[in-house]
Amino acid sequence: MDNIFEKLAEIVGKEYVSNAKEELFIYSRDPGVQDPHTPDYVVLPNTTEEVKKIILLANKEKIPIVPMGGGLVLSGLTIPLKGGIVLDMKRMNRILEVNETSRYAVVEAGTSQGMLKTYLEKNYPKLKHSLPDAPPVATIAGNIAIHGSGHLSQSEGGFHSEMVTGLEVVLPTGEILSLGSCSTVPYWFSRAPLPDLVGLFLGWNGTTGVITKVGLKLFPKPALHDVLMFMTEDVDTVPDVMYRVTATSMAEDVTFMITPKPAMFEGFQETIISIAANSEEEMELKKKIIRKSLSSYIETREAGFLPIPPNMKAPILEVPQKNLSRFADVSKGGGFEYVGGIIPVEKLPEACRVGIDISQKNGITYSLGGRVIGRLHSVMFFFAYPFNRADKEDIDRARHALEDTNEAVLKMGGIPWKAEASGQRLILKQMDPATYEFMQRIKKTLDPSGIMNPGNWEAN
Amino acid sequence: MNELKFDEAICAKCETYDCIMKCQYMDLDLERAKQEKWKLIKGEDSTILTDCVTCYACEEYCPYDNHPFYHIVEMQERLGAHPVPKPIEKSQVTAMGPKGKIDYGEVRQPVINLCYFPMMKGSIRGKLFKDVSIILGSDIFCNLMFLHFARNSTVKERLPKIIDNIMTYYLKGSNIKEFICYHDECYGTYTSWAPAFGIDVPFKPIHLFEYLYNKLVELKSEIKPLNLKAAYQRPCSNRLCPETDHFVDDIFSLIGVERLKREYDRENALCCGGVFEAQQRFELTESNQEKNVADMKASGATHCIFNCPFCFFTLAERVSKNGMIPIMISDLCQQALGE
Repeated sequence: MDNIFEKLAEIVGKEYVSNAKEELFIYSRDPGVQDPHTPDYVVLPNTTEEVKKIILLANKEKIPIVPMGGGLVLSGLTIPLKGGIVLDMKRMNRILEVNETSRYAVVEAGTSQGMLKTYLEKNYPKLKHSLPDAPPVATIAGNIAIHGSGHLSQSEGGFHSEMVTGLEVVLPTGEILSLGSCSTVPYWFSRAPLPDLVGLFLGWNGTTGVITKVGLKLFPKPALHDVLMFMTEDVDTVPDVMYRVTATSMAEDVTFMITPKPAMFEGFQETIISIAANSEEEMELKKKIIRKSLSSYIETREAGFLPIPPNMKAPILEVPQKNLSRFADVSKGGGFEYVGGIIPVEKLPEACRVGIDISQKNGITYSLGGRVIGRLHSVMFFFAYPFNRADKEDIDRARHALEDTNEAVLKMGGIPWKAEASGQRLILKQMDPATYEFMQRIKKTLDPSGIMNPGNWEAN
Repeated sequence: MNELKFDEAICAKCETYDCIMKCQYMDLDLERAKQEKWKLIKGEDSTILTDCVTCYACEEYCPYDNHPFYHIVEMQERLGAHPVPKPIEKSQVTAMGPKGKIDYGEVRQPVINLCYFPMMKGSIRGKLFKDVSIILGSDIFCNLMFLHFARNSTVKERLPKIIDNIMTYYLKGSNIKEFICYHDECYGTYTSWAPAFGIDVPFKPIHLFEYLYNKLVELKSEIKPLNLKAAYQRPCSNRLCPETDHFVDDIFSLIGVERLKREYDRENALCCGGVFEAQQRFELTESNQEKNVADMKASGATHCIFNCPFCFFTLAERVSKNGMIPIMISDLCQQALGE
């Protein structure tokens, strides 16, 4: 194994490879409930060429490779289930290009959400990208790879993976590929009209290759932002509220939450409608149209817009939202499980009920919510369960809640999002066998040695 | 129990129906005003129930102190009107309810009741409030805001306990018999609403204005006149204690601030609009705020002075966008003292 260390050090430099116990400890876990697995090495490459060399070495030595961005996925997707090399991409954090006119950016895979946000604010104040409600150190590549979503997912085209205009990837056999328009011309504007190969690397949990560059859509950044909060008492009305609001095409982001704290929210649902505009007139008009779309609820007094005082509005307008991160530590002790279900909106009331039931059954607090994806084409429903990492019973409760949630999501007709290995097995169990077979063929073709994040997307 | 002291005989003799005729939000002729008022008195449905924006002003307009507004609220509640959508109403009832977490501590005079505005605690500072004891929180919160929600019942239910909490936890043990009300709403509760419903008030509420005025007189030699022209945003709850409004003039005079004459001040003051928003009257909110702030600006004001934190939160941004400085009256007094 020392020989491997030396070879890795030759590729990336001694400072960027480690097999020190204390560092392997850190890379053996994430903040969720998954059991730790210790890697043999941690490597931080600086270039695509270095990634290629590491992969060729791993292939030759049959060592597993686990690509990692911010390490914040919470469901163990970057925990090396079979040991091997964790490929920490954070050094590859250069913003390579911003095409202001065609509105896209090309970034290296370790570029964080916060870095791109700050870079755009400083250099291209009229542009923005869709930000997930994750800490700013979450990476662009990591988020698109897990089909993440964010504050422009409702208005600007869906999951972040759908905002990808192209990729550079290193295959498990070492070839470097450009996918999308960048494969043919010097521009990263689009995946169309070519055969779309980008999907081979999105949602695969790093089992098909290593993403090294991402072309990402950028969007206009209006000067003004405001937010409306629509309060309902009957969860069965929420899909209709979302349907009406999205039909206006006036909202930038539509999310919703149910939470037992603070007390004023217990028993109610809040649909949060973010609006962006270029002028006060436009803002007022948009608000008016949205309010009108919900007027029949208001007339019956069964629901209404909650006035939001400035001290409450400011944190709601934050992008990304910090409230969820604050909630993540409500139990203290650094544990947080954030389970997602991508569900059809009509299942949202059931998801709420199930989430509350699971919380009560497992004796844990909850924060449930969702984000409209596209024009209500689906909802990213989240079940967030904080826990105390120092309390084994608390961890077990959160783990049971996670498992119960995965089962419930599938049962109701949704699909667990960024599921951990056991959750993936649940999905595969329910998947059309022909589809599963095809997935395995693709994996085998791309990764004949089976070195890429083994343990993921495996039925057994 | 705790029935409103409302005498329909007074209304029967009334010739002017000022409670409705002076209302800035209802447009009825005298005949129609009488009809609607009497529907209300007879317990029938009336347009007043739905058109009332709960600005409290008719409490001031009635020359006989016959509590027309409290009566409207009683009837709204009795007839099931919900000025604010039900989920918001319920949520506020829960959120603002007593938490049973009273922060007992020995107090000494002067005591200031900061209502349920913990965010304003920082305003109680400097020479004006030297050695003041602060009491605040859900367990001593007057709950009068529920007049906007057609819920006299909530105030009736909670106020006796609130009064008891104030006495038991703060005043009795320290042998104190009075406190300063930071918010007009608390003062109005104890000087207007509670007597109207026959609830005994065993302490003396002192209006913040009176306290500020007396303190400024005491510190007169330290005042540096501000030489400002200001618009004053009179809050709805000051309608319950109009006798205190002169203190604004008196305070301004002491600190060199001119209360500019404008259309929407004093008896003709406009609501800040925050409550209208809760009532889902969005167009009214917009038009009301627009004309109110335009009026402030047209008066030549450089500052807009508030006493109600809720009015401040609601209007401050619009006031600023119109080139005026929004400021709470206590902060303004502190500025005059060089703080």
